[in-house]
Amino acid sequence: MSATTNKYNLGLKSWFHSGLPWIWLNAAAVSASLILVIGLLLLIAVRGLGHFWPKDVYEISHQQPDNRVYRVIGERIRTEPVGIQRLLDAGMQIDAGDRSQIERSLIKTGNRDITGLDFRWILDINILSENTPADITVLERKEWGAFYGYIKEIREANTIINSGATQYGLLNEKLAEVHQLLSQAKSIEKDKIGKLNYELERLRLKQRKLELKNKAGTASNTDIQQRQQALESQYQIYFQQLQELNNAAARTTVIMEAMGGERVEISLANIVRAYQPNDMSVFGKLIFYLAKLWEFVSEDPREANTEGGIFPAIFGTIIMVLLMSVVVTPFGVVAAVYLYEYANQGVLTRLIRVAVNNLAGVPSIVYGVFGLGFFVYTLGGGIDQLFYPENLPAPTFGTPGLIWASLTLALLTVPVVIVSTEEGLSRVPSAIREGAFALGATKAETIWKTILPISSPAIMTGLILAIARAAGEVAPLMLVGVVKLAPSLPLDGNFPYLHLDRKFMHLGFHIYDVGFQSPNVEAARPLVYATALLLVLIIIVLNLTAIYIRNNLREKYKVHDN
Amino acid sequence: MSSAVEQSPSAAPYTLDSELPHQRHLRKFRDILTKNLVRLGGFSIIAAIALIFIYLISVVLPVFFPADTKLKADYPLPSPAAGDTLFLSIEEQLEVGLRVTAKGQAVFFNAANGTDIENYSIPVPESAQITAVANIDSAEGIIALGFNDGTALFIKHHYHIDYPQDQRRITPHIEYPYGETPLKINPGNSTLQLISAATGNDELVILAYSDEKKISASVFNKETSLFDETVTLEHDSTSLLLNNANRPVGMLIDPELRWAYIATDEDELYVYRIDEDLSFFLNEKFALNPDGGKLTDLKFATGGLSLLSSNDQGHIYQWFQVRNKKGEYKLHKIREFSSGSSSISIIEPEQRRKGFLTINEQQELSVFHTTASRHLLSEPLAGKNIKHAALSPRADAVLLEDAGDRIYLYKIHNEHPEVSWASLWQRVWYESYDEPEYIWQSSAASNDFEPKFSLVPLTFGTIKAAFFAMLIATPMAIMGAIFTAYFMSPLMRGWIKPTIEIMEALPTVILGFLAGLWLAPFTEAHLPGILSILLLLPPAVLFFAYLWSRLPVEIRLFVPEGWQAALLVPVTIAVGWACIALSPWLETHFLGGDTRLWLDQALDIKYDQRNALVVGIAMGFAVIPSIFSITEDAIFNVPKHLTNASLAMGATQWQTMTRVILPTASPAIFSAVMIGLGRAVGETMIVLMATGNTPILDLNIFEGMRTLSANIAVELPESEVGSTHYRILFLAALVLFMMTFAFNTLAEVIRQSLRDKYSKL
Repeated sequence: MSATTNKYNLGLKSWFHSGLPWIWLNAAAVSASLILVIGLLLLIAVRGLGHFWPKDVYEISHQQPDNRVYRVIGERIRTEPVGIQRLLDAGMQIDAGDRSQIERSLIKTGNRDITGLDFRWILDINILSENTPADITVLERKEWGAFYGYIKEIREANTIINSGATQYGLLNEKLAEVHQLLSQAKSIEKDKIGKLNYELERLRLKQRKLELKNKAGTASNTDIQQRQQALESQYQIYFQQLQELNNAAARTTVIMEAMGGERVEISLANIVRAYQPNDMSVFGKLIFYLAKLWEFVSEDPREANTEGGIFPAIFGTIIMVLLMSVVVTPFGVVAAVYLYEYANQGVLTRLIRVAVNNLAGVPSIVYGVFGLGFFVYTLGGGIDQLFYPENLPAPTFGTPGLIWASLTLALLTVPVVIVSTEEGLSRVPSAIREGAFALGATKAETIWKTILPISSPAIMTGLILAIARAAGEVAPLMLVGVVKLAPSLPLDGNFPYLHLDRKFMHLGFHIYDVGFQSPNVEAARPLVYATALLLVLIIIVLNLTAIYIRNNLREKYKVHDN
Repeated sequence: MSSAVEQSPSAAPYTLDSELPHQRHLRKFRDILTKNLVRLGGFSIIAAIALIFIYLISVVLPVFFPADTKLKADYPLPSPAAGDTLFLSIEEQLEVGLRVTAKGQAVFFNAANGTDIENYSIPVPESAQITAVANIDSAEGIIALGFNDGTALFIKHHYHIDYPQDQRRITPHIEYPYGETPLKINPGNSTLQLISAATGNDELVILAYSDEKKISASVFNKETSLFDETVTLEHDSTSLLLNNANRPVGMLIDPELRWAYIATDEDELYVYRIDEDLSFFLNEKFALNPDGGKLTDLKFATGGLSLLSSNDQGHIYQWFQVRNKKGEYKLHKIREFSSGSSSISIIEPEQRRKGFLTINEQQELSVFHTTASRHLLSEPLAGKNIKHAALSPRADAVLLEDAGDRIYLYKIHNEHPEVSWASLWQRVWYESYDEPEYIWQSSAASNDFEPKFSLVPLTFGTIKAAFFAMLIATPMAIMGAIFTAYFMSPLMRGWIKPTIEIMEALPTVILGFLAGLWLAPFTEAHLPGILSILLLLPPAVLFFAYLWSRLPVEIRLFVPEGWQAALLVPVTIAVGWACIALSPWLETHFLGGDTRLWLDQALDIKYDQRNALVVGIAMGFAVIPSIFSITEDAIFNVPKHLTNASLAMGATQWQTMTRVILPTASPAIFSAVMIGLGRAVGETMIVLMATGNTPILDLNIFEGMRTLSANIAVELPESEVGSTHYRILFLAALVLFMMTFAFNTLAEVIRQSLRDKYSKL
């Protein structure tokens, strides 16, 4: 188009005069935005996915200013240049010649129980030697984070059962046995004892209800007491079994040598997995990688959310979003049908459109404030007074929980469904309506039987976009029901199965909490990236699906008017 | 918008030949039901937004309600034989009242009906009479009694609460914190006419006015017994403050033992500074009512920092110590209150808030709050000539005794006195501050802490964050939209638009976490690089573009028209990379090796790691797509015959853009900016994670801020439901709601009118 004016090379002045520089600057804005988006996605992807790959563990000997030589064992997290001036300002003594900056490495040394820290900076100029011995073993533990060191002995009930060369194989064998025992213990603890506790709590509430009605001492009350006793004795049996299993699991221990030369005894019950990354083949690393990835999406978090998986957060997000969909779909579709099919174009309709736009534009935190005040304290408090007086002053619904979070987000996402549905309705050719009327259908029948089915992809699009919005929203959820660590999932095997009053975990909040409230941010950082990657992936997939459906719909029905 | 299809022809509906009448009725019924339900659904949208608005207001409003009061009970004086009342008090649960009488009796009575509960005899020395009484510590319930033999006794009224059979039971006691033996205050045996005292950790200081017309300060050391923790007092020193004085109107020592105040009957206030070693120095002396009027009462507001003085013209003044430029403390008149023109006889300060009530000679009860400068209530009382007033610890009731020997119990409903519209939005002079300031500080560790609720720093922070975000987002988004809508090839446009949609859908928690954990440290380490990108990118692009225009046509034709943006991607990356790579070099050679230090020393600019620049970039990123999409749509939808006409007349592409397209689309662009602004103002997670959340008033781009939204997210989960703090957080939400409501409504109105305009073109 514009090439005609400058087909021949122009002078600088006339080039400026042609307005072309402005067009190029505008183009630069697009490419900068593009680079920002793609760069951001790449950053998250690389950091999030890289974390699970087993890194080489180095044994580094380095010299401190006091000329002593120390041994450090750990993973190199990153290396970065640092200005000498800054180090000197911080009071360090460095002899770096005339260089203005030097490299330093962040080493993850683990062993927090011994050293107190699990990360340390080492200046590269202080490193005397570094190598990657094949027999360095990494232990992922349930407490105190990772342990790096060498296996020395394996003990069972305080007798050494092996100290030869095959220790690593034996350790994994024994670990498998211990994990077997622990999973039995867990099933007793979670399923059986959990169920008993739930039952006991319900009985207690029943009793309290009777008390409130002044019926203590009646037949039903003695019934309850008998039932309670039966449950208590059952509990004792389970508790016995649990203790036996735990004791059996705690018998096997491993003696490890840490980087400072100390020997540490670690119970196998405390070890999640043991591996020797320097000795792994690429294929072995791949298997390990996939196992870690699976653990990440399927396991509970450990160690104040800095280790383990994020399954409860994924589950909580899904349940919350599903509940929200149940509310938001009918509400949004009906409003859109009113706006497009029923309303006359007048002041009222304009008002409704202003309201829809405002609902879309009101800051999400305001929904959170409203949800907390109106849903939780007013509605929830009222429900407690009416239906759960036996539990007071402990609130049942009068406290942030799943149902209130879903309702709040339904309110927040309703404009998304309305706008999308309305667009769908506008693309249904009028001929279809007129045809239906001509055959004698009522307006309701026309809408139900023809128009809504035809525009269902648009409704679907709206719903998907609403879900994507809800999955990424955090600010209102912080106020109405999301917690950093929920003791139990909102869906379980105890009646009534779906617990609308429970607090739950959420991917977005998990990112905020682990990244900013965690006591050990450096350790938590990789998991935050991984969680962010998962969330971004979910949202991109949802949005692409919505875009795809919408484009298909547009192809199918070109806009019939305008 | 296209209108709905009108109701189908009137004869057709509800009748099909094969139908039976009841089926017809059913169909008609269903049709009408659907219509009404759908209509209800449409209205419920308005209802929802109205509900949010009304609910927020309903929570906020009680903060601005005035106080009210109600007479709960009145009855004759309990145990009148015990003598005249010297001191009156009521405990926290409003069940037990106490009067200490001139005959040395402590009469506890039921505050609701005046029946006696218990009478204690205070061990007044034989042949001595009580001549002075002083309330030492309302929270602890300690009062001092002065006798005519120059001695004084400290008593403490104490209420033990237990719950036998789930019923509350309050048992009053009288205790003697410094023993039952009166303390010798004056060396001579002269009568104590007025006393006042304050206790520190290890000392007790007593001001006494005796009938020798002397005012003296006596210091006693507290000695705690090792065996049973009883405290005894040892006399340390006595200093004479004033000689030959008339009986003062008020004498006070603050609980920190730093200042003593004596107000004489000649309206003169003597202010004494008390040193570490408890010696007294006259700091200043001045008239309390220079404009006329006579001092009637002098009290501390709770905490002992503020002095309240009242006069016979109905005025109350609040004073506190303010450090002047030379570092000297001077008593400063801070606020003035008026309860009418009648003389004020009693000031009674609240124990837990900085409020007080007054009673004047017209028997009017007035309630005030110092910090908020609020006059909450003035109401006539039932009694004839009120002699004593006692405010309950929670300030929810006042017990009065009048000259006709009757007791009155008034309930006071005064939930939120500490906030006024002015204190939220104007400078407030808080105790211990040198000047009035805007401060948001909702909680602190100490008990004496007074919450400071100024919405100004938060609103300022919100605007600051939004400003920097818009500074980055507006040009990027509008320029990008211009290129995408008008110059870009359709194929590339087909890829760009979904990308921008994805950008819009990215959760802000992810942007916030990247900004806080990655961008903030990165910016700190590469500040010269980041700033040079902003400076160098436009010239670099222009330079490249000019070079491109000088290339032979054959090469230029490889890249079709409308793909400039793709061409610039490597250029932008190269410039960005070069700037970052050069950053350490720039830092070493121009900025002394440490940018933060250089900023601080050379330019006196403070640098926080999480600052407005980081927020601007991250929130700019979040706002770009909102502005971009609307602007792009508007430019793309400018009717083609306008642009074609312009081009046909010989205008260049760029001239057509600036003279035809942008003016036509400008209302939509304005509304896009409004919507972007609305988003930036309300954004929570990014500012929460990428700023230090300190409520400061500073436009410095390298410092953080605290926004209304982040403040709500941080503080609301911890605030007590129904408290003033809770309601003010709701007010913050309401402010946000109204701000965005204004932006969005403006944007929507403009868009609707633009739609009409386009349809006419």
